Amino acid sequence: MAHEKILEVTDLSKSFGGVRAVDGVSFTLDRGEIMGVIGPNGSGKTSLVNLITGFVKPTSGRVVFKGHDITGKPPHKIVDCGIARTFQVMRPYGSLPAYKNLIVPLTSPRVRHATGGRLGDRDAVAIDILEEVGFERDAYVPYKIASSLPLGYLKRLELARCLALRPELIICDEVFSGLSMAEIATMVPVVERLAAGGITLIMIEHRLRELFSLANRVIVLNFGKKLADGPPDEVMERDEVKAAYMGTEVAAV
Amino acid sequence: MDVLIYGVINSVVYMLMALGFTLVYGVSRLPNFAHGALYVLTGFLTWTFVNNLNLNYFLSIIITLVIVSLLGAGLYAFVLKRVRGMPVSEIIVSFAIALIILEGLRLQDIGPFKGFIGSSYALPAFIEGTVSIAGVTVDYQRLIIIAVGAVLVVGMWVFTRHQKVGLAFRGMAQDERAAMMLGIDSDRMAVVALAVGSALAGVAAITVYPLGQITAESGYHVLNAALAVCIVGGLGSWMGAILASFIFGFATTAAAFFGAPRYQDVILFALIVLVLIVRPSGLFGRQKELEERV
Amino acid sequence: MRTDTGFLRNLGMRRSSSDEWRRERLDRGLKVRTEGLYAVSSWREMLYLVGPRAALIVGLLLLPLVAPNLYWQRVLCVAGAYALLAITFDFLANYVGLVCVGGAFMTGVGGYVSGIFTFYLGFPWPVSMLLGTVLGAALVTLLWLPSLPLRGIYFAILTFMFPFLARGIILALDAFGGTLGLGPVAGPDNIWLENYMVIIVMLVAVFGLRRLVGEDTGIMFLGVKDNDVAVQASGISITRVKAKGLFIGALGGCFAGAYIVHLYNFMGTSLFATDFSILPIAATVMGGSGTLAGPMLGALILTPLSELLRGFGQLRVVLYALVLIGFIMFKPEGILNWLTRKYHQFEQWKKV
Repeated sequence: MAHEKILEVTDLSKSFGGVRAVDGVSFTLDRGEIMGVIGPNGSGKTSLVNLITGFVKPTSGRVVFKGHDITGKPPHKIVDCGIARTFQVMRPYGSLPAYKNLIVPLTSPRVRHATGGRLGDRDAVAIDILEEVGFERDAYVPYKIASSLPLGYLKRLELARCLALRPELIICDEVFSGLSMAEIATMVPVVERLAAGGITLIMIEHRLRELFSLANRVIVLNFGKKLADGPPDEVMERDEVKAAYMGTEVAAV
Repeated sequence: MDVLIYGVINSVVYMLMALGFTLVYGVSRLPNFAHGALYVLTGFLTWTFVNNLNLNYFLSIIITLVIVSLLGAGLYAFVLKRVRGMPVSEIIVSFAIALIILEGLRLQDIGPFKGFIGSSYALPAFIEGTVSIAGVTVDYQRLIIIAVGAVLVVGMWVFTRHQKVGLAFRGMAQDERAAMMLGIDSDRMAVVALAVGSALAGVAAITVYPLGQITAESGYHVLNAALAVCIVGGLGSWMGAILASFIFGFATTAAAFFGAPRYQDVILFALIVLVLIVRPSGLFGRQKELEERV
Repeated sequence: MRTDTGFLRNLGMRRSSSDEWRRERLDRGLKVRTEGLYAVSSWREMLYLVGPRAALIVGLLLLPLVAPNLYWQRVLCVAGAYALLAITFDFLANYVGLVCVGGAFMTGVGGYVSGIFTFYLGFPWPVSMLLGTVLGAALVTLLWLPSLPLRGIYFAILTFMFPFLARGIILALDAFGGTLGLGPVAGPDNIWLENYMVIIVMLVAVFGLRRLVGEDTGIMFLGVKDNDVAVQASGISITRVKAKGLFIGALGGCFAGAYIVHLYNFMGTSLFATDFSILPIAATVMGGSGTLAGPMLGALILTPLSELLRGFGQLRVVLYALVLIGFIMFKPEGILNWLTRKYHQFEQWKKV
């Protein structure tokens, strides 16, 4: 199995005024990996995603994707290269049916290039994608108005939006948060299917149990710095990590 | 030498015109398109007080400034507050009010109102006469302009650093939500900002009008000048506004002195386009919008 | 999809001494809750839907015929031009998210470009008008392009300033006739042709744009206007979408300018008058933002009205401004939205 380096982040930093949201984070990601990003609230996880995906310009550092330097490029260009991301706070087109929400990504330049402009019936493709993420076609779920969908479906709609772009890397920003146990149970297989389909995943998560069942590697952030990088059980045993999550007194025990 | 002195004077004129607008936008993110109208209104009211009511000149100025400030505050409280937050409506409502004022002043013979067109309205200078500086003849009024400009800028600087209301302004300008969390009332600040902004427009009018005539046209001219300064300097940036004023001032003065006074509009246009291409958000403009929302 | 015979909204309670009354709004049975889809099953229902649209088309086509005299037909021509500008403003502001406070710049550019072709180059007026529309729109888009990636306020400021700047430049350079303008510019010179030309273009604009925003392109524009973060994350360049929207809108505005030049057989700096910027906005707010047809009707109402006030000088501009403020503050939905609501719903008092 070839280990192709798909993403290389070197010394990435972002300062807002005096606050260092992200402080010298570096890591390398191989194609096909599922990597988790964890850390307490405010540790810079979402900022890191914003930096990689172009929504925020880094103060310093480099991001290289498939050998190309994508540091500081605008978001739509980075999508063009093959990275898609989900948002914690989703804003679908509430008044439109679910499948219409996928029209915009399906008209993107990336999809046009990938299909040579011959995508066919966009609506049908949209419904197919929704089915892949678990929208039951027979129950007409894809046709439901987006604002009427429960959270679990909305999260999967976000993933569908990413899928529509035919990405090579998807960065999932807390796709499990806010979901009930039942909804999580339906979400996990979706993520597994994405990975099985060859897509590399970075998952920001607070729900460590589900994350560790999926990811074989985890990095820990705190105050914008990378604390640890390795297999989940190993990383969680480290003192710095324990201290970050639970406070120094507990870690010393 | 001429160019230098008149360049400074013209720059300060631009700056005076832009100050009120910049303040209101910086503090409450409201583009007050009625800025030019308030300017003209000040001139007109002062003239009416002096000529029709025979009041003392300085008394008229004070009264007019008070009226205009109240008008600005009322503008916010009764009209702009309702449409705040909807950029479409903010612009067109303040523009509509500007039109009512400016075009209203041009009306003729509606009842007892005699209208206000033609070029026979002017305000007298504060101090008549001229003085010679470094071999250049400058009238006192122009020097007063520079003095007023300097006083205002320094005053604003001190105000926003030391006075409670001024500090509140700065807080609002930097981060409205944080300011509100600290107990600063956004609405009240907006009222004050508009009052002060209107007063600034009024002061600019009073200082600059003696140089020329009072016309309704000047309302558009002033608004365009303020907008040009803000575009080039960057919306909401004081330093940018000052710098842009000087750029415009010297560019137009140089044009006038080197034989092409008619080309001022062309030069302004060229400068604006140039800045837009090179640095779209202005020289000191901050384009943080996307980062704030992600 | 659901068909409801009643979709209740609680509008307000009214108490009498012994009863409580509640005012509710019910959708007429036909309207389904999904956007744009109607369950049609009879001729009567078909009529219900097609009726208003047909009435609009027929009404407009009949207008030149019922106009009392040549003077009013000319007013209709000008009203048509303003209507196009209003439709343009509505489209740009409410579908693309660009507030254009300087429609006069579009009329000026469209007018001068087409006028140049007819006057200097002797092109036949249909060709000039076409060139004026397309090239003018391209020029306008190009000049306003730098402000598109920025916050909306920059665009608004730019649009406001450009008519004044353009006028100043033309006067300064004494170009294209300077203060006096240029003429005669050969035009249709046939009042019926002029009338129907603008009416057809209006109808094409309204129905065409409605189609456009109903299709997937419309979803793109909507996204760019309301949710640009998600659109960017879907791989679309916001600037490019906005530029496309601006170009389409500018086509309408520039055509209006080209039309006016060939209508009056004259081109001058009056093409940059603030009337062309403000009346469309007043017409839009009054007629109904977002409906595209409402602004058209608003212009058709406001223009003749302002003609009647011609004797009062600048009062007409004050009027536009007052109409605008009045509607924004007290009835922001506008006439057409209100009418549509009344058409699709009826209110009744129901005892609770």
